[in-house]
Amino acid sequence: MSTDVNVKLDALPGLDADALPLEVKNLQVEFRTRNGIARAVNGVNFSLRAGETRAILGESGCGKSVTAQAIMGILDSPPGFVTGGEIRYRGVDLLKLREAQRRKVRANRIAMIFQDALSALNPVFTVGFQLGELFRKHRGMSRADSKVRAVELLDLVKIPAAKQRVNEYPHQFSGGMRQRVMIAMALALDPEVLIADEPTTALDVTVQAQIMSLLAELQRERNMGLLLITHDMGVVADVADQISVMYAGRVIEEAPVREIYESPSHPYTKGLLESIPRLDLKGQELSAIKGLPPLLTDIPKGCAFNPRCRYAQDACRRDPVPPLYQVAPSRSSACHFWKEVKADV
Amino acid sequence: MSDIVLEARDLVKHFPLTQGILFKRQIGAVRAVDGINLQLRRGETLGIVGESGCGKSTLARMLVGLETPTSGDLFVQGRNMAKVGGAERRRGRRNIQLVMQDPYTSLNPRMTVGDIVGEPFEVHPEVLAKPKRRARVQELLDLVGLNPDHINRYPHQFSGGQRQRIGIARALALNPEIILCDEPVSALDVSIQAQVINLLEKLQDELGLSYIFIAHDLSVVRHIADRVAVMYLGRVVEIGTEDQIYENPTHPYTQALLSAVPVPDPKLRGLRDQIVLTGDVPSPANPPSGCRFRTRCWKAQEICAQQEPALAVRQSSAHPSACHFAEVRDVVHAQR
Ligand SMILES: Nc1ncnc2c1ncn2[C@@H]1O[C@H](COP(=O)(O)OP(=O)(O)OP(=O)(O)O)[C@@H](O)[C@H]1O
Ligand SMILES: Nc1ncnc2c1ncn2[C@@H]1O[C@H](COP(=O)(O)OP(=O)(O)O)[C@@H](O)[C@H]1O
Ligand code: SF4
Ligand code: SF4
Ligand SMILES: [Mg+2]
Ligand SMILES: [Mg+2]
Repeated sequence: MSTDVNVKLDALPGLDADALPLEVKNLQVEFRTRNGIARAVNGVNFSLRAGETRAILGESGCGKSVTAQAIMGILDSPPGFVTGGEIRYRGVDLLKLREAQRRKVRANRIAMIFQDALSALNPVFTVGFQLGELFRKHRGMSRADSKVRAVELLDLVKIPAAKQRVNEYPHQFSGGMRQRVMIAMALALDPEVLIADEPTTALDVTVQAQIMSLLAELQRERNMGLLLITHDMGVVADVADQISVMYAGRVIEEAPVREIYESPSHPYTKGLLESIPRLDLKGQELSAIKGLPPLLTDIPKGCAFNPRCRYAQDACRRDPVPPLYQVAPSRSSACHFWKEVKADV
Repeated sequence: MSDIVLEARDLVKHFPLTQGILFKRQIGAVRAVDGINLQLRRGETLGIVGESGCGKSTLARMLVGLETPTSGDLFVQGRNMAKVGGAERRRGRRNIQLVMQDPYTSLNPRMTVGDIVGEPFEVHPEVLAKPKRRARVQELLDLVGLNPDHINRYPHQFSGGQRQRIGIARALALNPEIILCDEPVSALDVSIQAQVINLLEKLQDELGLSYIFIAHDLSVVRHIADRVAVMYLGRVVEIGTEDQIYENPTHPYTQALLSAVPVPDPKLRGLRDQIVLTGDVPSPANPPSGCRFRTRCWKAQEICAQQEPALAVRQSSAHPSACHFAEVRDVVHAQR
C-alpha cells in the first residue's frame, strides 16, 4: 500500500502549485431550521498566501466558525448546507471534488485547531496514541515509529518531559498544555494551511502569549498560511498581516493590519475600535455601538449594519447590499459612504 | 462616618481535600484564599485581577456572604459581620450585592424579568411594601436602559448584554452601597461590553456606588478601576492606584501579566517589553514555600524560597508589593 499522500494529491484535477494555498470565493452557507433559514454566511471572499496570517475578526454569531467548518468540511449537515461559492486549495475547488479526494486534501494540507481543546481530544486514549494514530493512518507508520514522531511533536510544541507525558491522558494536562497538544496534532502531517478558531479565548493572557508566540514561530519555520479566527482586536494587532472583518455573514472590510487600525473605512470596524479600552491609555471614552447584531433569519434590507450605524442614510436601508468598494489597492469596504468614514477621525 | 465601606482582614478560605467515602479523612486543603487584606473606600472602584484559579471568585463569594470564611474578619461599614446580631447582619448583607459573569445561567429561565428583578424584595420584604414593588421594578429597568414595558418577558427573550442589565437591575433593587462585579462583561461581545461598562460608570456617578470589579481583562480593569489588587495563588501580591499598577508595576508577576496583554495597535508590535512566563500556576493545595511566585519567577534567589515577602511599601516600590526585589519596570508602553 502506498502511503505517500503527496503522490496522490499531485493527481488532483487542476492542481497548480503556484496558485494560493487557500482561496474562498463568494461562499454561502445556510442553516435550514424550524424557525426559518438562517443565512450564516452570505458571500465570503478572502485569500491566504503561504506564510501569511489572515485574521477573520468579528463578534459571536457573525459566521466565523461556520466559514471555517465549511472549509474543513465539518459543517453540521443537516441543518447546514453550503449553497454556493468556491473553496480553492492551490487552484482546486474542494467543493467539486469527490468525497474521498476532498477528505485527503483536508487531512493532509489544511488543518484546524479549536477553542476547546478538551472536547477535540479523545479522553480515553493517551496523547501519544492520538498523535501516533495520525502517522499510522495517513503515513502507514509502525507503532514504534509513530511513537517516536509523537514525542518529537510534543517537543516541537515545547511540552516539557515529552517522553513521559506522551503516555498521559488529556485530562492530565493543563488548559494551555492541551492547546499545545492540539497544535501538535494539527501540525503532524505538515499542513500548508492552519485554521485556528479562537485558539486562546479560553486561556489566561499569560498562556495566550505563550501559545501565540509558539504559533508564530511554527508558522515562520514552515511558511504556513495561518487563518486566525478571533474577536480579540489586541491579538489581531499583534500577529495578523491581513484582516477580514465580518458582520452578519459577510466580509464588510478587508485591509492590511496597520491600515485598518489607522483609518477604518467601515463604520462597524470603526465602532469596534472605539469601543475597546486599551491597556496603555487611561481616562479613555468608550463609545459603544448601539443596538445588537441582527438575527440571521431576519437580516435587515440593504446594509445589514444600518440599524446600528451612525452614518446611515436612506440608500443604506434599500437593496442592493453595498458591494465591496475598493478603498486602496489592497483594501475594500462594503459601505456606500466609506470615504466619509475614512476621513472622519 | 468612616470612609471605608468594606474591609477584609486576613480573610482565608480553605476547601478541605478528603479521601475515602464512608470515613472521610482530610488529606489537605485547597488554599483558595489565603490571607487577604483589602479596603474599599466610598465611591471608588477597586479592581481585582489575576489568572484563573487564583481565588478571585472565592473572595467575592465571601465578601457577599455566600461563603463562610475559614478565618479572618469582614467589616461592612465598620461592623464586624461575624460579631453583630442577625438583624444587623441582614442589613449589612443587603448593602452588598453581586453581579455575576454569566448572563446565560445566572437568571432563572422560568421567571419573568419582573420577578427576577423584584426577587430581592421577597428575601428582604421590609425594604418595600408589596404594592409599590412593581413600579420600583419598572424604575430599575428604566435605570439600566431596558424597556419598563418588558417586565413580563422571560430571560431567553433578551440578548446577553440585556441579560447582564437585568442582573444589574436586580443587584440595585435593595439600594446597596456596594456592588461586587465578578467578570460582569467577560461573556459579552466587544460592542456590547462597552455598553455595559458605560452603564456601570453612569450608575456609580448617579447613585454614589462603590464597586469591586473582578475581571481577567486588564485593559477593562484599567478603564474602570481607581485602585487595583493583583492576586496570585490566594494572596494579593501588589496593590495600588490604577496609575501605580499600570505605569509603575514593581512585582514580577504583575509585570508578566501586563506584558502579556496585547494592545490593539499594530504600531506597537515588537516594541513593548515582553515577558513570557514558563510553567503553569502551582496547585493551591500545595503552594511553594516562601514567595509563591518563585517557581515561575526569573528573578528568584535563595531568600525567595525561605522567606515570604510581605505585601509592603518598599524603598523601590511606592505602593505595597510582595517581592524582596521589587522594582519598577514599564511593560505597557513602547520602549525606545
Ligand atoms: N467549592 C470548592 N471546593 C474545592 N475547591 C474549590 C471550590 N471553589 C473553588 N475552589 C478552588 O479554589 C481555587 C480558587 O478558585 P476561584 O473560583 O476563586 O478562582 P478564580 O480566581 O475566580 O478563577 P477564574 O478566573 O477561573 O474565575 C481554585 O483552585 C478552585 O479550584
Ligand atoms: N449547527 C447549527 N445549526 C443551526 N445554526 C447554526 C449551527 N451552527 C451555527 N449556526 C448559526 O450560524 C451563525 C454563525 O455561527 P458561527 O459561525 O458559529 O459564529 P461565530 O462567528 O461566533 O463563530 C450563528 O447564528 C449560529 O447560530
Ligand atoms: S452602507 Fe450605510 S448603513 Fe451600511 S455601514 Fe455604510 S453608512 Fe452605515
Ligand atoms: S520575592 Fe523573589 S520569587 Fe518572589 S517575585 Fe520577588 S524575586 Fe520573584
Ligand atoms: Mg465561533
Ligand atoms: Mg472566577
